[in-house]
Amino acid sequence: MPEDYLPILIYFLIAVGFALAGIATSHLLSFLFVRRRAAKDKLIPYESGMLPQGPARRRFHVQFYLVAVLFILFDIEIVFLFPWAVVFRELQILGLIEMGLFILVLFLGLIYVWKKGALEWE
Amino acid sequence: MPPFENLPTDLVLQGIFLLVAGLIVVAAVAVVTLRNIFHSALALILCFSAVAGLYILLEAPFVAAVQVLIYVGAISVLILFAVMLTERVMDPKMGARNEQWWLGLLLTAIAATGLGAIVGFAPWPLSKAPIINDQITALGKEFLTTYVLPFEVASLLLLMALLGAIIIAREKEGG
Repeated sequence: MPEDYLPILIYFLIAVGFALAGIATSHLLSFLFVRRRAAKDKLIPYESGMLPQGPARRRFHVQFYLVAVLFILFDIEIVFLFPWAVVFRELQILGLIEMGLFILVLFLGLIYVWKKGALEWE
Repeated sequence: MPPFENLPTDLVLQGIFLLVAGLIVVAAVAVVTLRNIFHSALALILCFSAVAGLYILLEAPFVAAVQVLIYVGAISVLILFAVMLTERVMDPKMGARNEQWWLGLLLTAIAATGLGAIVGFAPWPLSKAPIINDQITALGKEFLTTYVLPFEVASLLLLMALLGAIIIAREKEGG
């Protein structure tokens, strides 16, 4: 029933509203109370008090992409696991074997990735 | 839902649908019109989330959960990484270019004509099938009995994607 998701909708609206209100308040306060004076230091990305090293928009390493792809694959595996987990007791040993095969194939893939050293961070 | 007992449910749902659909359209337009491709990717995430809302309105909670889990959670991360990985895309001096606008226009015109024809001429009958209350249980049973072969093939498909990703990523590194 869509009505059951009303709390999620309210939560979503509050979350978005909180973010927007924070930005709006910050802008309003700076508009009211801050004397604007241009300074180069103000435009530096904030790095917890450290001076930033190199440009912020540099290219990311391809390793991040690999991790993202692996994440999607195992995310999809979870999606398949979920309906199985609901009917697990009903299907008994047959369901266990079927899901075992499913996971085995992906597990072999995981071992391959591991052996290949793709999980190591260089 | 006690606070809305006096309101007609259909009207409320209609209103929520209009909100969600409007959000989808606004986000989708933002994806194609924003000048910074990174901002486009962020707008795409908003679009994905709104589509999840649409699935909830259609009473398909599992599909909505999958939409959030895979599209909002994983595909958007992949797209953001792809944007950040691409050389010079993140460079502010490199504006979005439209050299292939004529090709885009042509393909859009074809797609729009096709979709328009479907919307206009296709019959839209209501399904006579009974509404399934416990969708996930039904889905799980069908997966592991009637559709067990596609189910197992899906794992092979995932395995192939896994291997493909490794091979491509390793080649790029030149190792």
